[in-house]
Formats: sequence, C-alpha cells, structure tokens
Amino acid sequence: MSEAVAAGGAPARPAQLFDYLLRIADTSLVLAQRLGEWIGHAPAIEEDLGFANTALDLLGQARLLFAYAAEVEGRGRSEDDLAFLREEADYRNATLAELPNGDFGDTIVRQFLIDAYQIVLYGGLRKSRDARLAEIAAKALKETRYHLRYSSNWLVRLGDGTEESHARVQASLDRFWPHTAEFFDADDLDRAVTGAGIAPPVQDLRADWLRQIEPVLAEATLQRPPDAAHRWYGKQGRHSEHLGHLLADLQYLQRAHPGARW
Amino acid sequence: MYTQGLAEPPARAGAPEPVVEDAEQLRRFEARIDAEEKIEPKDWMPAAYRRTLIRQISQHAHSEIVGMLPEGNWIGRAPSLQRKLILIAKVQDEGGHGAYLYSAAETLGVSRAELIDQLLAGTAKYSSIFNYPTRSWADIGAIGWLVDGAAIMNQIPLCRCSYGPYARAMTRVCKEESFHQRQGYDIMLKLANGTPAQKRMAQDALDRWWWPSLMMFGPPDTDSQHTALSVRWKIKRFTNDELRQKFIDFTVPQARYLGLEVPDPELRWDEQGRCHRFGEIDWSEFHAVLKGDGPCNRERMLARRDAHEAGRWVREAALAHAAKHRRAAAMA
Repeated sequence: MSEAVAAGGAPARPAQLFDYLLRIADTSLVLAQRLGEWIGHAPAIEEDLGFANTALDLLGQARLLFAYAAEVEGRGRSEDDLAFLREEADYRNATLAELPNGDFGDTIVRQFLIDAYQIVLYGGLRKSRDARLAEIAAKALKETRYHLRYSSNWLVRLGDGTEESHARVQASLDRFWPHTAEFFDADDLDRAVTGAGIAPPVQDLRADWLRQIEPVLAEATLQRPPDAAHRWYGKQGRHSEHLGHLLADLQYLQRAHPGARW
Repeated sequence: MYTQGLAEPPARAGAPEPVVEDAEQLRRFEARIDAEEKIEPKDWMPAAYRRTLIRQISQHAHSEIVGMLPEGNWIGRAPSLQRKLILIAKVQDEGGHGAYLYSAAETLGVSRAELIDQLLAGTAKYSSIFNYPTRSWADIGAIGWLVDGAAIMNQIPLCRCSYGPYARAMTRVCKEESFHQRQGYDIMLKLANGTPAQKRMAQDALDRWWWPSLMMFGPPDTDSQHTALSVRWKIKRFTNDELRQKFIDFTVPQARYLGLEVPDPELRWDEQGRCHRFGEIDWSEFHAVLKGDGPCNRERMLARRDAHEAGRWVREAALAHAAKHRRAAAMA
C-alpha cells in the first residue's frame, strides 16, 4: 500500500472535510441501496444472504460517516437528514455505485471494482491525521476485505465458468471500467484533503488498486479493458440518469411525511 | 417464520396404498415418542411420519423464502438508516431460516433442489399470509407484530417437536423471531404515537392483517386433517384452535396499548371462560388464498420463478467452475 497521507500541509476547512466525508458515505449508502434490491431475488439463498451482509456493512459505514459529517457541519442535522434529505446534485457518491443492478454478473463486477477501491481508500484513510476518520476506516477496512473476497470468488466462478458466463462478465467489465477513472482523478477537494493530511492522494491509489484486481482478473480469465475516462463524475454531483430514481425510493417516506419520526 | 396448519385435499382415489409398517417397529417408535425421546435422521420412522415432516418442514422453508418478498418490497423505502438496517437484517434472517430448514428437510432424504422445484411448479404450499400485499410502511410493522407473533405461537411448541433436527432448528429460529416481533411492535408504537397520517397508516395495516394473521394457524380443528396424528407423534403439541386462541388473548391487549382498534365487532372478553370471544373467520378467503387466488399469489410465484430462471446461468457457471477445479485437482 502506498504511503497514504502527507505529513503536513494546510489544515482542511470544515466545509472541505464535510464534503469529503459525504463522498465516502454516499458511495456506501447508494451501493447498499442497490444491493438491497437483490434481497429475495438472488440466484440462490446464499447470495441473498451475501448481498444482505455487504449491504448491512455498507450502511453501517455510511452511518458512522454521516454522523461524523453532521458533527463537522455543526448545523444540527442528523444522519438521516444527510442520508435522506438532500437534492440529487448534492449526493457525492462515485457514479459506478448508482448504476442499476443489471444481471448478477453486472452486480458482481460493480461490487468487485468498488470493493477493491474501498480497500485501497480505507487502507490509506487508516493513516489519516483525522483520528475519527482513521478509526472509521480501520473498521471499514476489515469489513471490506470480506466484501472483496466474496465478489472476487464470484468473479472467478463466472469468468472461468461457462462460455456464457464468461462473455457476460467480460461485457460488464468493459462497460463499467471507464467509471473507475473517477476514483483516481484528483480534483480540488481531493487535493485539499490530501494536502491537509486527511486523505491519501487518490492518483497514487490506482497502482495499489490494480494490484488488488489484476490477479483476480487473471484467475477469472478476463481481459482488463483499455483505459478510458467516463464523463459522469458523481463525486462532483454530476450523476447518471439513474440516481434520481434510486433517490425517489430512498427518500419517499421522508419526503412524503416531513418532520415525522419513524 | 411461519409454519401453518395447511389443509390438503384428501388422498385421490387410485393413490398408492399406505405402506404397511412392521407392527413391532411401530410399537417401539411410539414408545420412544411417549418417552419424549428425539427421533434422529438414521432412526426407523413410519413412512407417514417422514412424509408429514417433509411436508411441514418444506412448507415452512418455502414460507421463509416467499416471505422475503413482501418485506423486501420496503427495504428500498425504509424511512431511516436504522430502520433500513433492521429490515435488511430481518429479511436476511428469514433467508437464513429458509436455508436452515431446507437442510433439516434434507435429513429426511429429499434434496433442496427437489423441494424448490415443487415450490416453483406450484405443487408445494407456503403460508397463506405472504399472498397479501405490503402497501405501506405500517405493513412492515404489522408483519413483525402480528405475523411473526403468530409464527412464534406456532413455533415455540415445535422446539419440543419429536424430530431432533426440526426441534433444534426451531430453537434457533424462535430466538430470532422474537426479535422480529419486537421490532414490528416498535414500528407500530412509533406510528401509533406519530402524526395523524402515521396513525391512520397503522390502523389500516391492522385492519388488513388481523384476519389473515388468524388464518395462519390453519383451519379449525374440526376440519384439520393432520392434527390428530401429528399430535399423537408429537410433531404438533397444540391444535390450531388452541394456538389461535392463545394468540388472540396475547395480542388484543397489545392493540389496545397502541390505541388501535381490532377490526372485529364481535370481539369481547369472556369473564367466565377467561378468554376473548371473536367473530367468524372467513374460511372461504383462506381456501381461496391457498388455492392460488389470494391478492398476490401469482406475483409471488412469478417473482420466485423469475429469480430462479435469471439465476440459472449463474448456477451453471458455478457448477462448471467447480467441475474444472475437480478435474485439475484430480490430475495434479
């Protein structure tokens, strides 16, 4: 793992830390929301259980991060206010997390790419100068290792299974690959939190990420697609058409009954 | 969740005659039952005992699996992160119970794949309750409170069932069900003390789930074809009507505490009998739902068949991959 966090630099402004926490939290929340759609509809009971496990972990991570973000913001908003009551463009998840489930192979490929990303991200954040974030990352990292093991095992079975399954997951991989460029493309916010020693430099995480995924792709007999950046940058609020529908479900009761307690 | 005393049509004319059992073996078996010994998979058992258990355990497993659908309907729309976590964990428990119960059925010499094929072919039954829709968030509360509550009534005695693997499975399942029941009641409590709209939601859910929950205990004892032998062999410990009465006596005060009205104008406390008297259950609805004509039977089966079909290439890939590895290991 690369040396994650710069030793010194300008402290981040609370607004920057808040925005950065939302990026991580929203990716977990949105991905959990997608996995929740599978429960009861997976190819075998064990996969209903597996997706539920991952979704529960991701929601747990999101809650810790939202609770911290709410404190950093200091405006009295709760974890649920942040999770349920923002406008679409204010969600900062990586675009890949919001893409529809598709078939089981699509879901596994999406999960695999994000699991490996979260491994290197949390690995770096574990050494954050922000002690609270470092603590959350250490816990999340342990969970994410299980997620990556689960998605890797399935990717290998599907890639190195039948001709049909191989073709399906190779197509999923080709389609999703450009969305991973967003993970490693540093913008002003990334540079600010890296400069403040809060987060690892995202552009340096890519090599570690490739080291996580390449052996699995090889075992799955899958080709790594050519690099190409996609133009959706969910982390800056530029989402695909799909997020709005996901939020319509997620936010339904909170929007329909303002101020109600559940 | 959810065993149910399900009526089955009487054996058709021309159906195979029951196996004639060795009288001495049967006597020894019944002596063990009388002595409260557990029957284990390798022990001798009457064919009818085996058949009854396979039917009951697999219906129970199917109910868990189909039961994931109505509650899964609200995972995406759960109103808070905490509620979403709890609901996912609950639906996951149900999937776990299903897997566990299929394994218990497998100890009787039938495979999970066969049992699932029976479900998808429409020849196996599952609890009638899951053929009702979950239209509001309060339905998630009502399912936990009433449906899981009824399931616990049914299942606690099953922890003492004479068949060992089933009894042990039930012990574990019951622990989780009591958490499910509490979370359901907690949802109802929040709604009943919430805004007028939330309170309406809660009453509407009770109105719709009350009678179907009472039907979960199965037909009245006078019509139940399985009760007598099941009680004799200690698969069942109480009759359908006994359990139903117990459930009503337990639940009515809970509804009152919520400030909700049980939708039965004939419901009253009978001081002399020390129990609640209640109105006539519409058994024609129960039989219609069991026959496949409930509000959601077709959707539930379609959802299960779709999941099974959509997962076919995945299961085939997993088998192909495992076979390759077995070959590679054999050659190494």
